[in-house]
Amino acid sequence: MNALLELLQKDARLSTSQMAERLGRTEVDVTEMLDSLVKDGAILGFHAVIDQEKIGDHHVSALIEVKLTPERDGGFDRMARRIAKFGQVTSCYLMSGGYDLAVIVEGEDLREVARFVSEKLSTLDGVISTATHFQLKVYKQSGFEASDLQEDERLPVTP
Amino acid sequence: MKPLEERIATQVNNLPRSGIRDFFELVLGRDDVISLGVGEPDFSAPWHIREAAIYSLEKGHTSYTSNLGLLSLREEIAEYVDQKFEVSYDSKTEILITVGVSEALDLACRALLNPGDEVIYHEPCYVSYSPSIAMSFGVAVPVETKVEDEFVLKAEDVAAKITDRTRLLLLNFPTNPTGAVEPLDELKKIAQLAVDHDLIVISDEIYSELLYGEDSGMKIGHHTSIASLPGMKERTILLHGFSKAFAMTGFRLGYSCAPQVLTEAMMKIHQYSMLCAPIMSQNAALEALKNGASEVEKMRKAYARRRNLMLKRFKEMGVPCFAPGGAFYVFPDIRKFGLSSKEFALRLLEEESVAVVPGDAFGAAGQGCVRACYATGYDQLEIALDRIEAFVRRLQS
Repeated sequence: MNALLELLQKDARLSTSQMAERLGRTEVDVTEMLDSLVKDGAILGFHAVIDQEKIGDHHVSALIEVKLTPERDGGFDRMARRIAKFGQVTSCYLMSGGYDLAVIVEGEDLREVARFVSEKLSTLDGVISTATHFQLKVYKQSGFEASDLQEDERLPVTP
Repeated sequence: MKPLEERIATQVNNLPRSGIRDFFELVLGRDDVISLGVGEPDFSAPWHIREAAIYSLEKGHTSYTSNLGLLSLREEIAEYVDQKFEVSYDSKTEILITVGVSEALDLACRALLNPGDEVIYHEPCYVSYSPSIAMSFGVAVPVETKVEDEFVLKAEDVAAKITDRTRLLLLNFPTNPTGAVEPLDELKKIAQLAVDHDLIVISDEIYSELLYGEDSGMKIGHHTSIASLPGMKERTILLHGFSKAFAMTGFRLGYSCAPQVLTEAMMKIHQYSMLCAPIMSQNAALEALKNGASEVEKMRKAYARRRNLMLKRFKEMGVPCFAPGGAFYVFPDIRKFGLSSKEFALRLLEEESVAVVPGDAFGAAGQGCVRACYATGYDQLEIALDRIEAFVRRLQS
């Protein structure tokens, strides 16, 4: 991965001047690189990774296994894109193995997610079956471990 | 009863108190300090290495190993050293796993020195060199390296110290505390001196993965081990370990590669004093060598970025600081402020709560400089450098 993306993946709040300094490039270089990454769609967006438990947000998240009937032209693409467009869907992946799509859905509570599955998802033509798994606890997301603040245990002065 | 103070052996009594220790006590108990005084990575050992140690315990691997260390680890080391240093060692007879490079150095000194034998080494240097020599009843003969020469060890300065009692030459490149890397032409001249005067060379190459080459250090620099130069393998004890590059300081694991006769002699002491290095550390090290390269490179690149930050900021402050080729230290020259290294470090600690180590803690040749370690998070380094800048501006006004 390019060095700029590596920096951004760890901390997207860095200013262009900070990134320029860390990469040994000029600020203009960094701005140009960023612009072109966004323009090419290589960077889809920037967001904070939130530990929902810490902020007392009790909304729910579920992983839904979806089996689909593939279509003659385009396989699963049309259906997958259609499903992905729902606002409740935060991620949607085509999978190998026992089912076709892994759809991650977020909602205010269990009922909202259940309603989405029964009313929107499973009623779509082409959806053969769904299996919903509710998420119980987060240990790691987007590369960050939850509540794993490590203190510096090193002695302050060592040879 | 005789006072206990008088029971202490003479050579121990004569050991100087460590300058690092003095400073450590001043910093201890203050929680506002950003410490650039450390000598170890800020990263934890990569998870796959820690996991290998846990797995080894789960499997019940808690026994002694062979005195030399696990053969599987020695085989892996032989391959690693062959690839990296371009010297081949027999994993069965020429490699000894030790408790850190510190133990290996102690073993080498004890195995090779008779009372009064002289050991030439270069200062400023790691704090345990002179004591290790003294504890083996040897005579420590420092050669000064200078900030003006970017701490290059000059063969002519080594030659000037050679007497008929000189037995060993102790080298450390890249160097702690300066980060200096020895230029190849000078290293060749030093090797020739060792051949001409029939000296054994102990080469501590613990920082040899952390090298900053082209592209402002983002590309890894090339390392030449003195053991790989013609005629040197048979007279060199190559010391290396896992602490720095693999961020495994607490595992306490090092090794020596040396001709069989020397390895045997060192092993003799090791088997009676240490028996063997801890098996869980050895298993972790095995994993480090097999699958650790990409993590090492990732950490090296992080150090390279921080090194560039340090150099840029010291330059902006007007504090001379040469660009070190390796390790994770900078060694800025603070003589223009008219303070001793210790005064500078003490006042910086008192006034700005940043800890650096006075250069003379690493030998008299370090006077006039301080060691600042950049194995600390980038954000913390930025704050520390802001504070140093404020301090330096005050000194200048």
